[in-house]
Amino acid sequence: MVDFGGWDMPVQYSGIIEEHHAVRRAVGLFDVSHMGEIEIRGPEAFSLVDYVATSAVSKMAVGQAQYAGMLYDHGGFVDDILIYKVAPDHYFLCVNASNQDKDFEHIRQMQARRGFDCDVEFAGERYAQLAVQGPKAGATVQKLTSTDLSGIRYYRFADGEVDGVAARIARTGYTGEDCFELFVAPEFAQRLWDRITAAGAEFGLKPCGLGARNTLRLEAGMALYGHEISASITPIEAGLSRNVDLTKDFVGKETCARQIAEGVKRRLTGIEMVGRGIARDGYEVYVDGAPAGWVTSGSPSPTLNKNIALCYVPAEHAVLGRTVHVLIRGQQVEAVTAPTPFYKRAK
Amino acid sequence: MYPSTFRYTKEHEWVLVEGETGTVGITHHAQKELGDIVYVDLPKPGAVVAAGKPLGSVESVKAVSDIYSPVSGEVTEVNEALAGAPEKLNEDPHGAAWLVKIRLSAPDETKNLMDAAAYQAYLGES
Repeated sequence: MVDFGGWDMPVQYSGIIEEHHAVRRAVGLFDVSHMGEIEIRGPEAFSLVDYVATSAVSKMAVGQAQYAGMLYDHGGFVDDILIYKVAPDHYFLCVNASNQDKDFEHIRQMQARRGFDCDVEFAGERYAQLAVQGPKAGATVQKLTSTDLSGIRYYRFADGEVDGVAARIARTGYTGEDCFELFVAPEFAQRLWDRITAAGAEFGLKPCGLGARNTLRLEAGMALYGHEISASITPIEAGLSRNVDLTKDFVGKETCARQIAEGVKRRLTGIEMVGRGIARDGYEVYVDGAPAGWVTSGSPSPTLNKNIALCYVPAEHAVLGRTVHVLIRGQQVEAVTAPTPFYKRAK
Repeated sequence: MYPSTFRYTKEHEWVLVEGETGTVGITHHAQKELGDIVYVDLPKPGAVVAAGKPLGSVESVKAVSDIYSPVSGEVTEVNEALAGAPEKLNEDPHGAAWLVKIRLSAPDETKNLMDAAAYQAYLGES
């Protein structure tokens, strides 16, 4: 167990590699109740969400989830979030655990700036969240719910019941596999955990900790706040332009628009190690013999059997097949730029 | 669990002394704390090591850890099998997954190390 942003969480249950493989091949269960939730309701709820988020919120249908950045005026990230449209005047935001206080304050300030008529509620204490991830995730959860899960497409959600309790059932996840994230009231979480564990036993369900969560999301090319994105990094540098809607006004738009038009100096890219060694978070990246960037996240990849990493390099080097070196304990070890995601599940 | 023929360090390495040769490894406790081991970095034969100083490193999925030499001397043999199969360190840290053999330059050093009973007591306390 470790302190993860003030939360007591397991790095692993049985072992990172075993848990990782369980998610890719069968089903894994994660307690992600540490995540934050913010509810925005009222006549101008849409306007507020649309103003603070980079994404095309206006295109969302009720029952849809959308990934977005939330930026400062200068274009750097406050956080990355998932927006759930519950109703035209009701949005539910899932935010990073370590940023939830900051996110709430930021949204309130933006609300005050524009005078939007809506209610912003810090709802973290009202929700526990369990993530069921893997090819057998649907089969596992279906045993516990009367909601027809096949009717919930990827990045959609439904408010129904699981194990007899009210639940928001979202087909979203952080692993690159089929996924169900279940939001329930905290008093039901323990029992739900036990029920899911029992339901998934026949498929080989494994409880999974932070270690596997990280190796899975890295293979899937997903960003982690504080690594690929931060207050000093923009969505364009991070390769998240597709989550930026320039047709509307939003906080941080100027920088995004300028960078899309003029280009960026540094760019996030995937790399695979060629020489012997593991690139780790924070290691320096060398291009043509000189320090030129840094590793944001690096780790062995259990599914690909390689050592992979995401890193920032000068934009002109963020092309496939470029040789770079990673400084590992004083030695420059060869790596090559690679496409992301590193792993994509079969359709 | 912890062979009585070994001597142990506070950093969870073991050494088995046979005449002038010391065989060095990491303990069961160390591999359990590390989790899945994915990489081992060891010196080459001929390298000189000093007691208490790093002789290499072992990496798990999550982190890098230095291995400290329990003894001083010259590396005579390196366990080649580990490079391709670092997970052996999780499976058999006291046997097949020994790390290096060292020609001891100061065989008396080992009397400063813990015996099996002392090491187990140390684990109980930590």
